[in-house]
Amino acid sequence: MPKVLLIGYGNPGRLDDGLGPALAARIEALSLKGMTVEADYQLAAENAFDVSRHDIVIFADAAVRGKAPFFFKEIHPRSPLSLGSHSVSPEAVIYLAERLFHSRARAYVLGIRGYEFNGYNESLSERAEKNLEEAFHFVAKLVKSGNFNSTY
Amino acid sequence: MAKTKVIEIEPVSRVEGHGKVSIHLDEHNNVQEARLHIVEFRGFERFIRGRPFWEVPVIVQRLCGICPVSHQLAAAKAMDVIVGAKKLTPTAEKIRRLMNYGQIMQSHVLHFFHLCSPDLLFGFDADPEIRNVFGIIKKMPELAVQGVMMRKYGQEIIRATSGKKIHGTGAVPGGVNKNLSLEERDSFLKDIDQMKKWALGALTLAKNYTLEHMETVKEFAAFNSSHMSLVREDGSLDLYHGNLRAIDAGGNIIFDQVDYKKFNDYIMEEVRSWSYNKFPFIKSRGHIDGWYRVGPLSRMNTAGFIDTPEAQKALEEFKGLTRGKPNHMSLAYHWARMIEVLHCVEKIEELLNDPDLQGKDLLVKGDRTEEGIGVIEAPRGTLFHHYRVNKDDQVTYCNLIVSSTSNNEAMNRAVTKVAHDHISGKPKITEAMLNHVEVAVRAYDPCLSCATHALGQMPLVIEMYDVHGSLLERKGKCV
Repeated sequence: MPKVLLIGYGNPGRLDDGLGPALAARIEALSLKGMTVEADYQLAAENAFDVSRHDIVIFADAAVRGKAPFFFKEIHPRSPLSLGSHSVSPEAVIYLAERLFHSRARAYVLGIRGYEFNGYNESLSERAEKNLEEAFHFVAKLVKSGNFNSTY
Repeated sequence: MAKTKVIEIEPVSRVEGHGKVSIHLDEHNNVQEARLHIVEFRGFERFIRGRPFWEVPVIVQRLCGICPVSHQLAAAKAMDVIVGAKKLTPTAEKIRRLMNYGQIMQSHVLHFFHLCSPDLLFGFDADPEIRNVFGIIKKMPELAVQGVMMRKYGQEIIRATSGKKIHGTGAVPGGVNKNLSLEERDSFLKDIDQMKKWALGALTLAKNYTLEHMETVKEFAAFNSSHMSLVREDGSLDLYHGNLRAIDAGGNIIFDQVDYKKFNDYIMEEVRSWSYNKFPFIKSRGHIDGWYRVGPLSRMNTAGFIDTPEAQKALEEFKGLTRGKPNHMSLAYHWARMIEVLHCVEKIEELLNDPDLQGKDLLVKGDRTEEGIGVIEAPRGTLFHHYRVNKDDQVTYCNLIVSSTSNNEAMNRAVTKVAHDHISGKPKITEAMLNHVEVAVRAYDPCLSCATHALGQMPLVIEMYDVHGSLLERKGKCV
């Protein structure tokens, strides 16, 4: 079985922006074999080291737009011009992992569609909850199967 | 009528937050005025009213994903007062200190290795295609690795002391809710020598840059100012607790050993129409002359000494540069920051070897009060949290003065000086010239998200307008 890392990121204090950490919490509760789960406000440079210790990495974030209930796609390393701490992209993280730690991890982005982002409440909108449920079952099934070779 | 133009830098890259720099030029490109604007405001202080006070150390972490620990600790210190905890248990205070050292270490490391090192190592004028962290990765991969691993070390300290990375619950009113296990302690001790070695290396890099570029450093965004920070009762640097000390540009004491709970007697905030960020000032000196700087540079200026040996040696060298007088060079913030990283690593080692961290006595309570003020030294400078709580345990008042707010006037002066020195009168405005302005802002490592009490990304932009207000040019890079 491949070693899988799921990083759920976003701010749970900003409504649907908390979809990534919410998914991380639910997946972590399953205690799946070979799976590591991380949650944070945003991606950061040090995630590159964690990525390098795994075969597969899934970046789970709230999607402001796009397909509902979620989209799932493979991503590839990309070097942006600058690196901040509020906005390191998944592509930049795997670029750092590859360049600094010789990572060969395959990486995917899971964008769970959210709808409400402008507020200070720690709750998900009803539609986002439904999307989270679908994303949760998808990730759980995928990780249990260990088959990341399908085209998404 | 004379023609003028306005340049706006929006967003300033490699800065945390939404901000905009505007530079007004006349028809000969002479700088008339330059300002750093904060362009976002969401009113966190109002939002927090009505919430139960024990939630506050967790809720305030929503202010910013960059320095949630500093807000957690400042709020917890204020809530200690509310629950009547006059003195924390040794375990609680040391766990909180460990958390703060981890926070300052990881924040400074991110800033130095990933945000400002491209400017220092490649030059302010270098090709922007190279002058970025990925240029560093190509040219000095070992440096980039050190940055990542040191930051990870600090983040893991935060996780171990705060409980979790998001909305940590470690610091609670009256103490902490967990100690450090022996397993956690040993995992940190295992790497501490490596951290110290890298911290010394980064310090050398920052010091050498300063000394080797003294002609630039002593002029670039350099101006006299007052400085303020917490210091310990014996005058030592103390990043977690102490009393307020402010010095003037000549190093003379303005006030000293002021109980921070009385900060309102000494500090006021001014509002200006063109920015959501306030302008704090020292009351006794008035709103024109009372502005001051905070943060690593100020802490090196106000502290009489540092209580860890390697950082103390570094401080002596730092102070030697200006013969013991305050250092007013904005670019010296980088050197000061690396002295603090070394100090944090030394303090982390000291604490990890202290059995109090495994103590079980975590909480203290006393007579309930209705007003609490907590102050801490955050990575970017002194952070004030002030709350009032009613008999039903609800917050009725909240005021925060964050570090980047205290540095607001200084950042505006830095922008103005650099615009005058590097843009004024030039026939053509280049990217490199605009980067000089960004370098000046970046020296302060502002977190404009905190400053405006907003959340999320904060890019900064430069735009140019003519005298009639029409946009001539816009330059900016989202981070």
